[in-house]
Amino acid sequence: MAEVSAHAAHHAPPPGFIRKNVFSVDHKVIGKQYYGLGLLAVIMGMVLSWLMRIHLVWPNVAIPGLGALSPNGAPGGLITPEYYLQLMTMHGTLMVFFVLTNVPFAGFGNFFLPIQIGAEDMAFPRFNMMSFWVTFVGFCVLVAAFFVGDGPPLSGWTAYAPLSALPGAGPGQVMGQTLWACSIAIFCIGQLLGSLNFITTTLDLRAKGMTLMRMPISTWAWFITSCIGLLAFAVLLPACVLLILDRVAGTSFFVPSNLVVSDQLITQHSGGSPLLWQHLFWFFGHPEVYIAILPAAGIVSHILITSYRRSLLSHKVVIYCMMAIGFLSYMVWGHHMFISGMNPFSALVFSFPTLVITIPATILTLIWIGSLYGSNLQITSASLFALGFISMFVTGGISGFFLAQPSIDVYLHGTYFVVGHFHMVMGVAAIFGMFAGTYFWAPKMFGRMMNETLGKIHFWGTFVGTYCIFMPFHYLGLVGNVRRYSAFVDDYLAPLMPVHKFITIAALFTGAVQLIFLYNLIYSRFKGEAAPDNPWKATSLEWTVTSPPPWNNFGGKHPVVYHDPYQYGIESSSGDFVMQDSPERIQTVRDDKKLP
Amino acid sequence: MGKIVAVTLVLITIASAVPILAHKWVPPDDISTHGYLIDEQMSDTMVEAGICFVAAQMILAAFIWMFSNRKPGDKIRNFPGGAMGLVIGAFVLVGLEVLALGFFGSKAWAAIYFTPPSADALPVQVQAGQFAFYFRYQGPDGKFGPIHPDKINESTQNFYGLDMDDDPASKDDIVTAEMGIPVNKEVRLLMHSKDLGHSFYVRELRIQQDFVPGLDLQMHFTATKVGRYEIVCTQLCGLGHYNMKAYLNVMSQPDYDAWIKQQASMQ
Repeated sequence: MAEVSAHAAHHAPPPGFIRKNVFSVDHKVIGKQYYGLGLLAVIMGMVLSWLMRIHLVWPNVAIPGLGALSPNGAPGGLITPEYYLQLMTMHGTLMVFFVLTNVPFAGFGNFFLPIQIGAEDMAFPRFNMMSFWVTFVGFCVLVAAFFVGDGPPLSGWTAYAPLSALPGAGPGQVMGQTLWACSIAIFCIGQLLGSLNFITTTLDLRAKGMTLMRMPISTWAWFITSCIGLLAFAVLLPACVLLILDRVAGTSFFVPSNLVVSDQLITQHSGGSPLLWQHLFWFFGHPEVYIAILPAAGIVSHILITSYRRSLLSHKVVIYCMMAIGFLSYMVWGHHMFISGMNPFSALVFSFPTLVITIPATILTLIWIGSLYGSNLQITSASLFALGFISMFVTGGISGFFLAQPSIDVYLHGTYFVVGHFHMVMGVAAIFGMFAGTYFWAPKMFGRMMNETLGKIHFWGTFVGTYCIFMPFHYLGLVGNVRRYSAFVDDYLAPLMPVHKFITIAALFTGAVQLIFLYNLIYSRFKGEAAPDNPWKATSLEWTVTSPPPWNNFGGKHPVVYHDPYQYGIESSSGDFVMQDSPERIQTVRDDKKLP
Repeated sequence: MGKIVAVTLVLITIASAVPILAHKWVPPDDISTHGYLIDEQMSDTMVEAGICFVAAQMILAAFIWMFSNRKPGDKIRNFPGGAMGLVIGAFVLVGLEVLALGFFGSKAWAAIYFTPPSADALPVQVQAGQFAFYFRYQGPDGKFGPIHPDKINESTQNFYGLDMDDDPASKDDIVTAEMGIPVNKEVRLLMHSKDLGHSFYVRELRIQQDFVPGLDLQMHFTATKVGRYEIVCTQLCGLGHYNMKAYLNVMSQPDYDAWIKQQASMQ
């Protein structure tokens, strides 16, 4: 008992506002901070995409206020070609790193992983606080690029060398590119700290009775993702350090000799390899796709089960599939480099695991859809977005069939087909996972219910809108429309402008629909109906505590787990489900063995 | 609400499939000897991917329709065959598809990359630089003069850095801003970047290959139709990337002979 009290005292809420809400070691506050940072980044990223889309189809329309914000990049509100590429670089970087990595993994994971396994906090609360604030510094360094010299870099979120390594290669390539590389290196440190914390917490701090297979699928997804992240960011970090050294210390990791840029012979570099950067970047870059999508898949699985009022056809198969995807994600990076100039034999080697990865991805999808059969599907805003996630995951995944084959990639590489593919599967699908997670967990995070009617309107606008944006990207790619062009001056691109206009209008519409979400989130946060402890009649441990949970999650008690995570479709004293910490004896629903 | 979701999903699936079925969004006509392999592979993949796409979305829609309006307490049923049936089905069907696509796709890839150019292929060097392509042809001596990066000078139009004063091999080299080639004649393309990463993309030729600074690569192809086609850069190379293009002019042999003669006289 004394031990428990000492522990509780150790975890007593801190007295001051700053220690409680800003530099907090509480995983729930840190989770909300990651979520908030992601929200800020996604708003910025979305506005940047609007600017790009408007410029593409109405290049002579002056954008009010932009001229004042960036007199060089957009004089008089008209975006220059280089500023278009700078906006594109910042859009990609913000979205991939600070939204898709931050929210489904670090945001929801921080808040819910410890609660779902019955822990009071993360294993290393101070490291946890540090990981967020390091990430925040990375964000500030990135955004600072807007305000220095000739602005942010224009080399894209992939920052291919030597474009990214030579300050003379274009506007934004001086201070802006250095800030970019520093920002990503700092971001990597935050992610490495976070991944270590997630792994240790999952392995060491599980409550009594919480065996590994009793962990909810969302926890499994965060755990697998942190294992992926630990290896992936550990490669991107040194890659960024080498890039910074090439830029500021005169080294030549990525710059070969005898380059002539702007009529100037580059004499201070020799012997580097541009392909080395691509290998290092994509060794991180492809696992990053799964760092974005697996947490969303886990969140969606968790929500679908609650909405179906049944367990998935197989809990274990879903987990093994996610592990297989994580493992295979390290063997496929070369499919980004089929035409890069690497040995063409390598292309065939990388193509095979890329195609094989569709097997676990297909099994996951079939389990989500197959489990819907015979279920009691409850339609909520959360379940709508979770179902939308399946649709997007299928659509985006299937276009991967094309790009996984080097012979087809010869035609489609560098076209809008690729843009459509990755936005669908990595961007939109993961964002649908975030929306589903928000509608599902906001009651627990903020203690207030979100408005379901507004949530459903938000779903309809977003679901239809995103298809209107991203399906046409595939068609444009099929006719060879090249991406990363700030204007379409090629003869064959002129007839495609009506499609681009349609996409821009769809993007503006879909963006406007997000205002409904923002309003709902902010309004509900303060004025929403008070949330009960378990509004969705769910089974996992986060629903056993109050909404929002107390400072140390379980009020100083140590939960004991008696059941597998998803005991639905049964008869118990609480209804058609039994919670994981309920000692009530039931016939366990495990995989599909107990159902007819 | 569930039924509206199902109907919307069906409508979206149909709307997504119609442009593909209408064959409006297809690559331009192939003008190469190897391109048909890529086109066939793409068509096969489109059929398989299309079936998977439509089937998955339709089944999802059907299940949402069927199971979203059940009464509370209705008995939960299992998908016939359970998880194991789906796992085996995915392994067999997707596995076969993967093997088939991988195998046939490899043949197309090998046709492009694993076959050497013929000995009498016409060598053409292409140099990419911010933001233009320049092409170089061997003169009567059948040699390319060496490149001297320190001599590259846009203002004197020495785009390749050739030593025109002291190097006899360079003197007869023909440098052009447009790529002229004879029809039905194999071309050996020697790819050189003077500054950054670029790419050589001709949709009609079904060729796309990056330039790697410091690493000269080779491609070979045969164009089969006379015409003028756009060569565009697909590797982000800076502010003028969108405008980095040149023309590929495929000519009959007599027209090509006259063209190259004219270009030589303009050096």
